[in-house]
Amino acid sequence: MCFYNGGKGCVLNLRDSLTLSISLSLSLSLSLSLSLSLSLAFCSQDIRNTVGNIPMEWYKDYPHIGYDLDGKKIFKPIRNKDELDEFLDKMENPDYWRTIHDKMTGTDVCLSDEQVDLVHRLQQGKFGDVNFNEYEPAIDFFSNEVMIHPVTNRPADKRSFIPSLIEKEKASPPALPPPVFTSTHLHLPGWSPSMRSEAAFAFAARNASGLGLDESCFEQLDSNLLASVGKLVHAIKMGWIKPRRPKETAPQYYDLWAKEDPNAILGRHKMHIPAPKMRLPGHEESYNPPPEYLLTDEERQVWEQQDPDERKLSFLPQKYLSLRAVPAFSRFIQERFERCLDLYLCPRQRKMRVNVNPEDLIPKLPRPRDLQPFPTLQSLVYHGHSSLIRSISISPSGQWLVSGSDDCTVRFWEVCTTRCLKIMEVGGPVKSVAWNPAPSISLVAVSYGENVLLVNPGLGDRLICSATDQLISSYEEPEEVKDQQVQWAVPEGKAQEQGQRLILTHPKAVKQVSWHGRGDYLACVMPDDGSSLQVVIHQVSRRRTQNPFHRNKGAVQCVSFHPSRPYFLVATQRYVRVYNLIKQELTKKLMANCKWISSMAVHPGGDNVICGSYDCRLAWFDLDLSTKPYKVLRHHKKALRGVAYHKHYPLFASGSDDGTVIVCHGMVYNDLLQNPLIVPVKVLKGHIITHDLGVLDVAFHPTQPWVFSSGADGTVRLFT
Amino acid sequence: YESGSATNYISRNKARKKLSLSLADFRRLCILKGIYPHEPKHKKKVNKGSTAQRTFYLLKDIRFLMHEPIVGKFREYKIFVRKLRKAYGKAEWGTAEKLRGNKPGYKLDHIIKERYPTFIDALRDVDDALSMCFLFSTFPRTGKCHVQTIELCRRLSVEWMNYIITLRSLRKVFLSIKGIYYQAEVLGQTITWLVPYQFAHDHPTDVDYRVMATFTELYTTLLGFINFRLYQTLNLVYPPKLDGKGEGESRAESEEDYAMDSECYMEKLSALSASLVRVVSTAEAEEAELDHFPAEGEDGEKLAERLKARQDQDRQEKLFEGLKFFLNREVPRESLAFVLRCFGAQVSWDKSLCIGSTYDVTDETITHHVVDRPSLEKQYINRYYVQPQWVYDCVNARMLLPVEDYFVGVTLPPHLSPFVEEKEGDYVPPEKLKLLALQKGERPEQEEEEEEEDNDDSEEEEDEDQSHDEDELKGMEEKQALGKASSVKVTPGEAKPVNRQRAEQEAKAEEKRLAVMMMKKRDKYLYDKIMFGKKRSVREANKMSAKRKALDEASKANKKKKLKK
Repeated sequence: MCFYNGGKGCVLNLRDSLTLSISLSLSLSLSLSLSLSLSLAFCSQDIRNTVGNIPMEWYKDYPHIGYDLDGKKIFKPIRNKDELDEFLDKMENPDYWRTIHDKMTGTDVCLSDEQVDLVHRLQQGKFGDVNFNEYEPAIDFFSNEVMIHPVTNRPADKRSFIPSLIEKEKASPPALPPPVFTSTHLHLPGWSPSMRSEAAFAFAARNASGLGLDESCFEQLDSNLLASVGKLVHAIKMGWIKPRRPKETAPQYYDLWAKEDPNAILGRHKMHIPAPKMRLPGHEESYNPPPEYLLTDEERQVWEQQDPDERKLSFLPQKYLSLRAVPAFSRFIQERFERCLDLYLCPRQRKMRVNVNPEDLIPKLPRPRDLQPFPTLQSLVYHGHSSLIRSISISPSGQWLVSGSDDCTVRFWEVCTTRCLKIMEVGGPVKSVAWNPAPSISLVAVSYGENVLLVNPGLGDRLICSATDQLISSYEEPEEVKDQQVQWAVPEGKAQEQGQRLILTHPKAVKQVSWHGRGDYLACVMPDDGSSLQVVIHQVSRRRTQNPFHRNKGAVQCVSFHPSRPYFLVATQRYVRVYNLIKQELTKKLMANCKWISSMAVHPGGDNVICGSYDCRLAWFDLDLSTKPYKVLRHHKKALRGVAYHKHYPLFASGSDDGTVIVCHGMVYNDLLQNPLIVPVKVLKGHIITHDLGVLDVAFHPTQPWVFSSGADGTVRLFT
Repeated sequence: YESGSATNYISRNKARKKLSLSLADFRRLCILKGIYPHEPKHKKKVNKGSTAQRTFYLLKDIRFLMHEPIVGKFREYKIFVRKLRKAYGKAEWGTAEKLRGNKPGYKLDHIIKERYPTFIDALRDVDDALSMCFLFSTFPRTGKCHVQTIELCRRLSVEWMNYIITLRSLRKVFLSIKGIYYQAEVLGQTITWLVPYQFAHDHPTDVDYRVMATFTELYTTLLGFINFRLYQTLNLVYPPKLDGKGEGESRAESEEDYAMDSECYMEKLSALSASLVRVVSTAEAEEAELDHFPAEGEDGEKLAERLKARQDQDRQEKLFEGLKFFLNREVPRESLAFVLRCFGAQVSWDKSLCIGSTYDVTDETITHHVVDRPSLEKQYINRYYVQPQWVYDCVNARMLLPVEDYFVGVTLPPHLSPFVEEKEGDYVPPEKLKLLALQKGERPEQEEEEEEEDNDDSEEEEDEDQSHDEDELKGMEEKQALGKASSVKVTPGEAKPVNRQRAEQEAKAEEKRLAVMMMKKRDKYLYDKIMFGKKRSVREANKMSAKRKALDEASKANKKKKLKK
């Protein structure tokens, strides 16, 4: 409630309780204002509490009630007015109704007649002052009448003299003096002329559309301004200025393809590829898929751990019991957005899908059945060796088999019965054994450590054996003894009885021995990278040793004599060199295209060579064709250890660390124009892989289509 | 780099500079014009020796963009934004208002015509447009994008649905966890679109709505023109008008309760319950018997096949003809109404649920009542109460499936995707096999029961066998224990029966293996790849069937347990 108090500007703020009863409580503000405005009697008491307008309960527990102007405590009156006193007071005191309790001072105050009167007046909504006239005649300062004199004394500002730019444009004759305005001409003194003119324009525009102009409205405006507005109005009337048309928001559709050209290609370019459609969903996306499409816990874990790009499904299949249980798909907007991105950010490419029947890719080869005979079954196993068998060899008659093993023994077997006829212990693991290919000589070369033994096994025809013995013992020391790198010695005693005839001691460990076809020459390999002494050729009848090469390139892996011509083949790690022994020159260098050659065999015809390598390849060279392999076969899964040709049948075999022997049909034609035909015919399994080693050596029977293989499991197996 | 492939390509940044557009504008232009980057064959050559990652466009494409009138509009718009910002900065509200009134706009009609020279081209590409429109029409009317866009999308999608209903060309429906897939065949084109379930979206933060809005702008234009053309081909009035014949005045009151006058038309249209007005009111123009001209080189068999397919389709189109459906309030009304009407059913729903209901629950002629709650208190005798999946499964199976599996409160059979066409060797879920048998007209259920019985018998037999074996084994063990030093005996060996066929097969397999060894390296690579893919698919199929078998057995065991209890 606000009261305007007689122009003195005193506003009473009665917060509460005046309407109820005087005796309840009068706030401090009332009492203060009363004391101020009316200057009544209790002003003389001059007790003023300085605590201000605070809840007086804060002083409840103190003996004082505040502080006076001098800073001294105002003590609460010592009073013990209880309910009974109050009641008695009410009954007996005639002034009780006009007595109020002053909280600030804690005293009871009795109101005077004037004060009571004032309270009554306020309750009735009248002014506090009796003499105040609320209906004085009003003076209208801001009227519609234009006066000669300004209301205020303030001089007009400069901008009211200068026309705005827009007005300047509108006022056509620039020669005219600028219109002069004073604020006296308008009833609203705060307006600038530019605003005024705009208002006028807006008004004009509003009226022009419907009613036409009410000229009288502008009578008091300046004639110049009126002229410019008049122009505008005229323009509107003439239809030169048109009111803004409302914009069309709804799109208009029509038959866009009314005149379509069926032959029209996309004008852009020929390379346009239309976007592929979205993939259609499968069963797993159903809200109620068959149970097998739901992921098990393990699959779910795998799914969660996968990178989002690698996942096969972009969502987890889920099953809901009814349609109403299906929630919103949380990635819906993302997926649509990703599709949008695909449409405008992904390069498009036509991928030609290979539509080949895999059966057509398999080459048409003659059926193996038509290429018989070849070994198909494992028929005999030769047990006896306790360690891996590095090398085997068959006697030229095909009746005996010799095998050399890491258990420092050489065993002689009868082929047909698997009987071990003879065991010979030597002084080290046997690296290589080779039966002399000449049928008239019964001699076996055995290499162990740095030695090569020439052994007469004494098997078979006794005549041949004795002839061999004679041949060796008939040696006569030449007169001039040359210094040789290899010592030839004749064993005595027990060794002689066992059949050892000659011991050749080399400077280095011998890895391989190989006989010449006629049986007089024996080549030994002592692999040592870069050394000049890696290959030596011995002549047994004359007990002579030659070092054919002054220099060797690379480490020699194996050597072989050509079966019909005076050639000597030396396989280093990557190349096979063919030397002419008579002309003493390098004839050919075969590139094997593999990392490390392990073994080599020469075709009995002499024009073809196969090389096995440790990187699972078998290279077939046609010496007439090229120095590069005619065919590289990658049949084995692991390193090849041995390769062999059959002497009569068009067969070759390869043994590998994966425990298999693969027999291939390798037909060489006499016609030079026809390339050899190579067909794998049989994979023979039988060897047990021990220490990651499978088959170590393979050899063919000289007359039958049988193949022998020796393995790391200490057995020799015969496949027929 | 004045020749070669480097001159055919241009990097994105250079293209942008050439067009003097900002990146956002360039993107918009690419979206509208359908320009996409190209991956050059030799990236390094095109990249002028650098190996940095870059996006390349064909120079021809960019040249083509240079002549686009919209580029000018983009620039105008840029200037407009600049002016507007200036006006706001200076607090010149009047100017700003005036500028806003003159906002430059553009139309995409010519782009549509240029991108899709023929109507069939446009129809082929309408999949994405539909999905996008249906998504945008479910957006809330606040934030994210303009209300006009949302309303336009809603209008276009409703028009589309009405067209499909009138044409009766819906073919497949699939309830997935993402939304509902629909597939329709329009003028020989298969069109698939996805509609989200009716829920509020939680708007992701990693989505650029400007890109989406640009696509929507293009798609609404495209869809508008397509709708116009499609309505024209069916002799329908465009924008669609509802057939007012069946409408009585009695419903006017409820309509007033439901929607304002301005919205009423749209709401009624989207109720999908009334048919549309045709330009030429025709009943006789319909269904003239089509003559069949055998195409050249087509023999009788093919012709017969085609005829049969045609008949099948006709039958599918009249799948729900004569049936009267009532939708309970908890089922997705719009989807069901759309599907049912597409196959000739009459649909209605509760008056308070949506505008456009045509009959009440109490109607005696209702044949099917679609319910999706565990139980229903008041049931009428002369109608089936089915779950909504029945409708969708019927559509996909092209026949009315037995309703027993879909009654209220029954565990539903799995819902299969109609889009999967299993090739030979793929895994086919048993439900699908059952369905195929049903389609052929067999009654598989009794057989199955018999089978089950048989299975039980055989299992028992197996058990017996096992027990026999065990007995024998035990006997042997006892014997061994008794006479440890049983004398060594030589018994005449039995000749093993040689399985000729098997031996032959093995020989053949071996032959093949050996031949494979002799393949050339390149062929081998390809062969291995093909075989790997084949093996993988076989492995997956096996895995699925094993999983299914295990699950079936587990469920069977559970059932038995329950029975015993």
